[in-house]
Amino acid sequence: MTETTAPPPAVPVGAARRPRGAAARTGPNRPLLGTVGIVGFLVLWEAVPRLGLVSDRYLPPASRVLASLGQRATTPQFWTAVGDTLTGWALGLAIALVAAVVLGFTLGSLPRVRAFTTSTVDFLRPIPSVALIPLAVLMYGTDIRSTLLLVVYACFWLIYIQVLYGVADLDPVAEQTARSYGLGRLARIRHVLWPTTLPYLMTGVRLAAAVALILSITAQLIIGSPGIGREIAVAQSSGAVASVYALIVATGALGVVINIGVRALERRVLRWHTSVRGEATA
Amino acid sequence: MLKVTGLQKIYNGGANAVEAVRDLTFELGEGELVCLVGPSGCGKTTLLKCIAGLMPPTSGTVELAGQAVTAPPPDMAVVFQEYGRSLFAWMSVRDNVELPLKEKKVPKGRRAELVAESLEAVGLTRFADSYPWQLSGGMQQRVAIARAVAYEPQVLLMDEPFAAVDAQTRADLEDLIRQLWKRLGVTVLFVTHDIDEAVYLGERVLVLSSSPTVVQDDITVDLPVERDQLTTRRDERFTELRARVYAQIQQAKNGTGAAAPAAAH
Amino acid sequence: MSSQSTTSDAAPGTGADGAPGPQEAQAPAPAPAGRPRRGTASGAVRAGAKLLHVLLLPALLIGVYAYASANSDSYYTPTPDLIAAAFAELWFSERFFADVLPSLARLATGFALAALLGVGLGVLLGLSARVRALAEPVLEFLRAIPPPVLVPLMILLAGVNDSMKVLVIVSGCVWPILLNTVEGVRAVDPVLADTARCYGIHGTTRLRVLVLRLASPQIMAGLRQALALAIILMVISEMFASSSGLGFAIVQFQRTFAIPEMWAGMVLLGLVGFVLSALFELVEGRALGWYRGLRAANRGE
Repeated sequence: MTETTAPPPAVPVGAARRPRGAAARTGPNRPLLGTVGIVGFLVLWEAVPRLGLVSDRYLPPASRVLASLGQRATTPQFWTAVGDTLTGWALGLAIALVAAVVLGFTLGSLPRVRAFTTSTVDFLRPIPSVALIPLAVLMYGTDIRSTLLLVVYACFWLIYIQVLYGVADLDPVAEQTARSYGLGRLARIRHVLWPTTLPYLMTGVRLAAAVALILSITAQLIIGSPGIGREIAVAQSSGAVASVYALIVATGALGVVINIGVRALERRVLRWHTSVRGEATA
Repeated sequence: MLKVTGLQKIYNGGANAVEAVRDLTFELGEGELVCLVGPSGCGKTTLLKCIAGLMPPTSGTVELAGQAVTAPPPDMAVVFQEYGRSLFAWMSVRDNVELPLKEKKVPKGRRAELVAESLEAVGLTRFADSYPWQLSGGMQQRVAIARAVAYEPQVLLMDEPFAAVDAQTRADLEDLIRQLWKRLGVTVLFVTHDIDEAVYLGERVLVLSSSPTVVQDDITVDLPVERDQLTTRRDERFTELRARVYAQIQQAKNGTGAAAPAAAH
Repeated sequence: MSSQSTTSDAAPGTGADGAPGPQEAQAPAPAPAGRPRRGTASGAVRAGAKLLHVLLLPALLIGVYAYASANSDSYYTPTPDLIAAAFAELWFSERFFADVLPSLARLATGFALAALLGVGLGVLLGLSARVRALAEPVLEFLRAIPPPVLVPLMILLAGVNDSMKVLVIVSGCVWPILLNTVEGVRAVDPVLADTARCYGIHGTTRLRVLVLRLASPQIMAGLRQALALAIILMVISEMFASSSGLGFAIVQFQRTFAIPEMWAGMVLLGLVGFVLSALFELVEGRALGWYRGLRAANRGE
């Protein structure tokens, strides 16, 4: 069955695998093209306002925005804002993670109890966490707890659901094998349940990490808790267009760093794992 | 009908260029059923893709009814080994068979006729409204065969179509192919790595050498047209032919065959 | 024991993003899609048990809240009956047409535009490895920008009006759709692609019948993420700067300390989220019925 898909014996590893069509074999030079793409994007951004296609009151040229960003990056105020944003992000994510893992494993392994919670979970899960903004304002004002409330609510469901999928994916054969070799309950959790669930958990964490940043910034923007979001709101209301763009670029950079970091973590944690599971349910 | 001349295929990988097929020349007469058999990794699939017009050869030509093949020709149908991946999972069995006919602009009435006939021929009339993944592997491959038959090709290419089904289903499908071939008079090129299957199905067996591939032997199967899983496979002539193909393949594997000229027959 | 089967009944089919429930995963029978449920023997008992499963915890939670709020002197947690009264008074009036419907219309417009744009561009990028390599780092950056920061930007660009809010939704929602479409289109199965070529399926038919359908599970995943984002963006664009809309109303109630009304707004927002998500699941179930069946069948093998 695998006969035709196996490479011919003479083929060196990594060379022409299965013939699939021209594109698969002559892959483009990705780093080069990617760099060209970035440079092209920046040139376009620089050119459009300079040529007057769009007024630079609305779109300042890239150089001016980057200069503004560079200037801000020398101020302690900027780094405090970054630190506040990241604190809200990390703390919220961590609380959601712990709560979701504990509850997910507990309820996941108690299907009869879980059955009573399904309707409630299905109702609460799609509620947009921004609905909690007024409550957060009333209870915590511009305190970081406002941010945490939004972040934790949004991230908890994402991770919790993934943990439930993971626990449900437990292979009964593996479980029975472990039992038949006399592994105790803790050992089974450690060696069978945990590795089964981990890929799902990481998917949840990856999704939640992005969402946590979104809500952390939202809280700062709308409620006015300290952080980059609030800086943007201030810059906007004072009409500092270049600053608004500069801060948006900063949030984008923050997002990229978080994405890369989480992906690296995922690869590291799952390096024993042959395929990426739970991807489709994301 | 189908003429392959001096076909060569080199996969370009810079310094790692791999010559998968070296120099293949053979011809299929109209209405012939020819099996192509060779050792693992001898480039059977590469060859088939070149013939189907899915992949340009490095040099050499493929001609179908006197026309050079450069893109998939309209009167050729292909049945792939990976039936599960070659059927459209989001379409019913009927829609799978009908889709190519729609693209060919076959009128509606005729389309319904062709679909019904071909499903009948493979014994799947009852399952026309099922999805492919609701059927067993063998039945899925029948859907792929029905699709090929409904397309009314002059040439039918089959790329190890039964490699992934169980032995009993496989025997049934082999008989189905013989039966369809006799009824439709279509030219069939059947690629397989199974020697028994090649001898049982084919009117002729082409033995390929190992990679880089050439035609190592061209054997006429002089078994009666009516074949039967029990009696044919017990036939002394069948055993002889099988032994001969087997010997050729062993030779090919050991690499001694590539240089040897094809035995005259 | 019958508890085993009631467990599976209580897990609604709409719940779980199409991933296997515990029952399915343990007994991976190649269940044909769309069959009616088996077993009508003890129907009444089962229905009762199911009802209990669905209602017990919500009833308990509401009860606890009612008790706690009645016995607390906190101004911020009105009793459920006060919230219900405010809800009825507020939203069964012309405010529904003045505040809620326009919000939903903007949401729908923004989401639809983002879907068109995201899928269209995603197909283009997905089909060309070269263009993809060119655009990848830039896209990677653009999608990492948290969409809420686009609200102040769009106010600068378009002012405080409907098109600003729609623009915010479009520019925030397009990325998950775009990137998921690219992934889905890129991963077109080579065997299926060859099959299509052999049978002369090309051009727009190929796109419609092959590429988009094969990519649809990924596209739906992108749309799902985008929908959640769209609701957030709808609300905060109205909270940030607006004079109408659901988000504006909620913030207005909060600022004027109209607490039961504020809660009524939050409840409505929650309901909107719930209903939209349920609708989405309905559409997704129809569009991806084949995919679920295929996966179930593959697990059964």
